[in-house]
Formats: sequence, structure tokens, C-alpha cells
Amino acid sequence: MTSIAAMLHDFFAVPVHVVIGAVYALLILASCISFSLRKLAPGEAHTELSRRVKSWWWMITVFTVAILTNPVVSTIFLGFISYLALKEYLSLVPTRRVDRGILLFAYLAIPVQFWLAHRGSFGLYIVFVPVWMFLFMPAALTLAGHTQGFLRAVGILSWGLMITVFCLSHTAMLLSFGTKLGYGAGPLMFLVVLTELNDVAQFVSGKLFGNRKIVPSVSPKKTWGGFIGGVVTTTAVAAMLGPYLTPAPMLVSAMAGAIIAGAGFLGDVTISACKRDLGVKDASDLIPGHGGILDRVDSLIYSAPIYYHLLHYFYGIWPSNIV
Amino acid sequence: MNNTLRFLFFALIVRPILLIAVGIHARGRGFLPEVGPAVIVANHNSHLDTLTILSLFPLRMLPRLRPVAAADYFLRSKAMAWFAFRIVGIIPLARSGRDHGEHPLAGCTKALDRGDILILFPEGSRGEPEQLSEFKNGVAHLVKLRTQMPVHPLFINGLGKVLPKDAKFLVPFNCDVVIGERLMWPGSIAAFMAEMQTRMSELAAQVHVAPWE
Repeated sequence: MTSIAAMLHDFFAVPVHVVIGAVYALLILASCISFSLRKLAPGEAHTELSRRVKSWWWMITVFTVAILTNPVVSTIFLGFISYLALKEYLSLVPTRRVDRGILLFAYLAIPVQFWLAHRGSFGLYIVFVPVWMFLFMPAALTLAGHTQGFLRAVGILSWGLMITVFCLSHTAMLLSFGTKLGYGAGPLMFLVVLTELNDVAQFVSGKLFGNRKIVPSVSPKKTWGGFIGGVVTTTAVAAMLGPYLTPAPMLVSAMAGAIIAGAGFLGDVTISACKRDLGVKDASDLIPGHGGILDRVDSLIYSAPIYYHLLHYFYGIWPSNIV
Repeated sequence: MNNTLRFLFFALIVRPILLIAVGIHARGRGFLPEVGPAVIVANHNSHLDTLTILSLFPLRMLPRLRPVAAADYFLRSKAMAWFAFRIVGIIPLARSGRDHGEHPLAGCTKALDRGDILILFPEGSRGEPEQLSEFKNGVAHLVKLRTQMPVHPLFINGLGKVLPKDAKFLVPFNCDVVIGERLMWPGSIAAFMAEMQTRMSELAAQVHVAPWE
């Protein structure tokens, strides 16, 4: 009996574990609410909610296992998410037959980028996509000798790599950065928990107080009420979690929370604009109740690099031997 | 021995590849036949079409599933013939008409009478990637021989991008499979073909088809 208590005590001595515990407590609460709503007022809306909550259980569990195992497994997991996002993107956008080989080449950027992130080779990491991939992919496209639709192909492919590989790989970079600073998966946990919390808080307060729409032509469900609710919740929770999970003190953490909320909102509407342009509602139907991977990580696409660079700017104590 | 190899090939190679390197999103799985005799009619863009359709079913049904494939193409070498017969389980079809005086559809009707589920690609060949060419009416001639048998239309999107004709390597893309309600023999070959084309267009309209020039 005492040994179990001791084990629990040891387990919850790690801040990341406490936050995971809190996330699961929230999940149980969400499941209870969803269950009662379905009993009180059965209907399509509440079935949808229950599908969403069920998918959250899956996603959080997979994420938790991947993050707690070890940094190599975590990085491979994050790289796999990036792969699924790029695959989803390339399946939706117009592509040219002649570029088949280059598309495969684009996928190969993922292992390189995530390996650089895992090593924490910041210098090469930060230029690999914007310098090497962005310059050499169009050159390779040129060698295919097909100029019709060239600019469009370059634009579409570069933007896809930008959002699904470069932006999302900042999650892995945050992990190696956190490890170097002695905070382990703390900063990554901070980013992901707050980004997802912001999505949920925006959704909930949008339902409760939302009436004035922000960009109705792109995302009719985004309201000022929802946005403000998201920023307030995220800022408050960030102020609590930040000093615990990251090197940032309370005030800076609150600011980081507000920035994550704003970035998350921008990511969400930007990916919505892409989907609108392509004429699809969801990027795929991989995650029941949520849509595809891109629908789930849309906020993270913006919040990950912005939060990472914020932290890097203020707390980056990178050794001088970085590649 | 042979069934074990087939089972292993699908469980350890085909399914993981389709799951990770491709990503098949299937709609209307409930419309798949549970018992034979039945015919599945699909559009054809890639070698992966056959493997994908076979993977939609539980592994135990593998011995019952018989893709109908061109004899001239699949039987051109010993190794290919072994793979086509033993692993994929094809029924060869002579594209050039009668062979040894036997009815060209004899192999198909025999399998149907055993209760097998046939998979047919009436476009004939994989053709231009991701473009639906006109269905040849051989399928109607077969259904006319067994008019009580259900026909299940199935539309595939995207596999022609993953592995088109003559491709040397595989490129990951998400793909869709849409299975439609079964249709029964309407009484004539022309009516059957018209009905089939309409059904396929309806299924195709359910998915987002990204332009592929």
C-alpha cells in the first residue's frame, strides 16, 4: 500500500505528469458533461460532441504515451503527425503528374527536419526548409521541363512544406530545447495543452457568448465572444502552468498564453481559408468528430513556431558549437 | 500453405502499406457483400486497386475473393503468374475473346457458382491515371448469365496518383473508396450499362477529387 502511495508521489513529483493528470481530469469532466447532455437532450449535436470527446481520449492517450516514453519516440511521433499532415495537404491540393518524384522528395524533408530538431542543430534546422528545400525543389521542378503551371506548383508545394513540416517540426524543436534547459517535455506540454485548450475555450465561449463574427467569409463560426473567451482562459491557465513547466515566470507565461491564443486563432482561420479555396469542409475524416489531422493541428501550425521563437529569444542559451 | 502465404502477404505487407503509406478512407462499407455469389464493379487506375478492395474485407474471406484480370498481362512470366494465381487469386480472362473453344466467361461463372465474390474492372486497363474511361460491357454479359446475383459498384479515388501505370515508386496520398448500394439485373445489357455509369458518377461525386494534370 505504502509502495503504491510512494510510486504515485514520485510520479506526480514531475510537473509534466501533474499536468497530464489534470488533462485527464478535464477529459473525465468533459465525458460526464457530454454523457448528461446526451441523456437530457438526445440529438445530432450532442452525438457529435460525444464523438469529439471520444476522439480526445484517443488523441490525448497517444500523445501522452509518445511524450512520456523517451525523446526519440516523441520525435518520431511528432514527425509522423507532420507526415500525416503533409499527406493530407498533398491529397487535397491540385498537383501535376510530372511532379510525382518531387512530391516524394518533399516527404523526405520530414525525417531530415525532425532529425535536426532532435539533435537541436538550430542553425541548420532553421534554414533547411526555407533555404534548402525552397530553393532546390523549384530547381528540381524546372529539370522536369514542364513550365505550364510551374509557379502554381512551386507556391502550393512550398506553402505545404512550410505549414506541415517547418511549422509543425517546432514541436520537436521545443522538446529538445526544453530538454537542454532542464525542463524536459515541459515547454512542449505547455504549448500543446494551451493551444488545444484555447481551441476548446474558443468553441465553448463562442457557443455561450458569440454573436459578432470576425471573418464570416472564411470561418462563420469564429466570433469575438469566442475569441475573447479563448484568450482570457488561455492567458489565465498559462500564468498558472508557465512557471511550473517552462523557464518563464508568471507574467511572461501569461503573455505567452495570450500570444498562443492569438496565434492559434490565426492558424485556425488560415487553414480554414485553404480549405475554403479547395472546396472542402474538413481536410479528411481521419479523426471522428474533428475532421482530419490538418483540422486538428491548424492552430498548432501557427502557435508552435511563434511560441518556440518567443522562448528561444528570451531563454535561448544555445551553446556556441551549434551546427 | 498457400492460404497462409496469402494471409501473411495481406496481413503483414499490403495492409500496413495501405494504412501508413496510403491511408484509405472507405465510405459505405456496410454495402459490401458478406456472402457470394456477388460481383464488385470498380474503376481501375492502379495495381493497388485490387489489393485495396481485397483489404476492405476480413482476412478470413480472402479465399472467396477473386479479382478478374487480363490473362495476357498477368500470365506473361512464371513468377508473375504464380503471384497472380497463388497470392492475389485472380481468375484470368482472355481479352482477345475465345480461348480453347471454352466460353470466355466460363472461369467467372464457375467461381460464382462456387459462391465466390468477383472483382471486375470494366474499364479494361488502368488507362489514363485518375480518369474514368467508358466501361466495356463484358460485365453486363456476365451478369446476364446469373441474373439473381447482386452487383456492387465501388469507386476509388487517388490510387492512380499513388502508383499509376508504369510507375517505379510509390508516392503517399490519401485515397477514398466509396461503396454504393447493390444493383440488380435491370433486364437488358444497355440498361445495365447505363445504370452502372450513373451509379459510378454518383459515387464519384461524393469525394473531393484534387486536380491532377
